[in-house]
Amino acid sequence: MKYIDEFRNISIATKITELIQREARGLKPVNFMEVCGTHTMAVERFGIRKTLPDNVRLISGPGCPVCVTPKDYIDKAIAMADIENIIVFSFGDMLKVPGTSSSLLKQRSKGKVKIVYSPLDSVQFAEKNQDKKIIFLGIGFETTVPTVAASVKYAKKKKLKNFFIYSGHKIMPPAMELLAKDKEVNIKGFLCPAHVSAIIGVKYYRIICRRYNIPCVISGFEPLDILQSILMLIRQVKSKKAKVENQYSRVVKASGNIMALRLIYEVFSISDSDWRGIGVIKNSGLVLSKGYRDFDAEKNMDLPDVKTSVDKGCICGSVLKGIKTPLDCKLFSKRCNPDNPYGACMVSSEGICAAYYRYRK
Amino acid sequence: MCLAIPMKILKITLDRAVVSSGGIRRTIGVNFLKNPRVGDYVIVHAGFAIEKLDTVKAEETLKLLEEIQ
Repeated sequence: MKYIDEFRNISIATKITELIQREARGLKPVNFMEVCGTHTMAVERFGIRKTLPDNVRLISGPGCPVCVTPKDYIDKAIAMADIENIIVFSFGDMLKVPGTSSSLLKQRSKGKVKIVYSPLDSVQFAEKNQDKKIIFLGIGFETTVPTVAASVKYAKKKKLKNFFIYSGHKIMPPAMELLAKDKEVNIKGFLCPAHVSAIIGVKYYRIICRRYNIPCVISGFEPLDILQSILMLIRQVKSKKAKVENQYSRVVKASGNIMALRLIYEVFSISDSDWRGIGVIKNSGLVLSKGYRDFDAEKNMDLPDVKTSVDKGCICGSVLKGIKTPLDCKLFSKRCNPDNPYGACMVSSEGICAAYYRYRK
Repeated sequence: MCLAIPMKILKITLDRAVVSSGGIRRTIGVNFLKNPRVGDYVIVHAGFAIEKLDTVKAEETLKLLEEIQ
């Protein structure tokens, strides 16, 4: 496909791999973090981690939205689907996530959960079925939020009274800042997410870079993008000057997508948010803003209390912060595998445990 | 979940557009693009174009990759 295949050229990839080896010679060991789950998938799929020298360690971050969605969110969503006349709509990735005693997949077999490709499909279903209440599970980072915001605006324009969002949306910069501060993780460079950056631009990374002196490179998702970005990070480390560079300039503008940002902050406002395995991060979540509260599932529905169990033995928290790898986990590939996921990182195909399982087994 | 692919705009009607790539055709929202035009490449995610792809910058990056040392 145009603008994909060109960025998978094997001979250029080999050349950059050799350059990385050469440039990293004599370098003190460094940890670079690929923040985004889509990067993690690409890194595993194209075997990039294996091509890196021993002193350049690529660790995976918390940028898989399904993985960081807390278990009680899943339990509540399952409970919503139990209420008469309600149909829950979701992106496909969420369905396999195990709740405490059930999953959305089980509810789907009862016809109470539907998968959509776009949130717009769910609002259009609501428009055609006004005798039913539709709840859309709003999961995703800045890349996805504008698509959900556009759907809420559509519902408002059409004066729909039966369309609601259960917002589990999160934003990336506060989580990155938390990791930047963490001495145990010890990050010496961020591979910044491609499409989150298409929306938010470069300004947040400038703050993180300046405050914590950490090199940041916004990287595309194709193998050549990732390899070039790693080379750029190594060169920054060697020059001892941390800055923000934009490798993915074909899509990411310095200002981000202003129209999308305006839409996000018209429909949503910032709140604290709980990240599975990490805990509450201040100002890292999005809830429906004042003018759009009629579309807030939590504010407009009577939900039964749900009891959520704790995942025992699961080390997803440390894996999501890059302190441990899936191979350090006793449950990995035994009790916890893609057919029977136990922890968050195995659930989504973009989770680091799922990626390790798929490409290393 | 942030995967999005470059697709080419074939037709625009108000804030909707027909896009195609590798034989796949889709109708998507172009609500948050400034002046989308037929022939533009856009990055498609969850039924919407989230940004345009700058073809000049893409060629520049490819050239840089070819010459990198």
